[in-house]
Amino acid sequence: MTWFSIIVSGIVTYFSRMAMVALIDREMLGTKVKEVLNYVPAAVFPAIIFPGIFFNDFGSFVEITDPKIYGAIVALVVGFYSRSVIATIVSGLLSYWFIIFFLLR
Amino acid sequence: MLSKSKIFFKGIVAVLPHMLSVIPFGIITGAIGIELGFDPILVYATSLIIFGGASQIIFMQLLSGGASSLVAITSVGVINSRHLLYGAVLSEYLEKLSFIKKLFISYFIVDQGFAESNKYIKQNKNLSNPHYYVLGTGVTLWFCWQLSTISGIILGSFIPEELGLKFAIPLTFLAIIVNDLRKLDHVFVMLVSGFASLILFNAPFKSYIILSPIVALIAAFIMLRFKK
Repeated sequence: MTWFSIIVSGIVTYFSRMAMVALIDREMLGTKVKEVLNYVPAAVFPAIIFPGIFFNDFGSFVEITDPKIYGAIVALVVGFYSRSVIATIVSGLLSYWFIIFFLLR
Repeated sequence: MLSKSKIFFKGIVAVLPHMLSVIPFGIITGAIGIELGFDPILVYATSLIIFGGASQIIFMQLLSGGASSLVAITSVGVINSRHLLYGAVLSEYLEKLSFIKKLFISYFIVDQGFAESNKYIKQNKNLSNPHYYVLGTGVTLWFCWQLSTISGIILGSFIPEELGLKFAIPLTFLAIIVNDLRKLDHVFVMLVSGFASLILFNAPFKSYIILSPIVALIAAFIMLRFKK
């Protein structure tokens, strides 16, 4: 079943890349649609970020003292000013590890 | 007049700075796949068959969390719908290619490659073979992506669970949108999506992952109407 899902996902992804290049006339995509497509990353990724921070493995809200919240705040601030992908991830992970391995022991 | 190989090479050079983010992202993708309990072969298959970092991570995260195949596949489709935009822009430069070549080059259309190709081709309007530039960026990113996810898969089997590497998932996606944090309209759409996901998180079949982006895109559509 997993293999099936991977292959179908692969076909769907390839289609998203190929459709406008090889199949569909690009005029078919109106300006409005293009404008909205611009926001796809902004619309998709927070739906992974927010639950990843604010929910625990059992699907209930974490407490306000959860280390993930502080790791995310550090990553957000570092990311905003550095605009660097690596700095964002590394600062978030390091501050998270610092809290769980040093502060909470 | 630039030769085909020179244009191809220019494409390679253009995406090299992106390796700073692509390689760690690839390593994280591979390592997270292992951490989520998938077979190494399956994790690698997503790199080869889906070939899209964000969608690979979400795909594996959803399946390991008990989501149905339909939800996992649909969310991959939603995430990758942005490629339609890239394709629409690039199709202008790829118009003269044969159908087979178009099918081939399409596999290599990725975010960073698109961004660099679009920039370069716009500045060099008389370029005779712009598709070599697109290929140069895409093939380079493809090789680095394959190698870095394989490294991640190997590393993933050594990383202890106490490190809580799963937290790297939200951080990675935060890193992807960090450049848009200065654009208020994008931040608005992000907040709508984020809060929608918190409210809809316990909706059946993990459908929050599809519903929240839809809510946010509708909000974007309404916002665009008011902006004019």
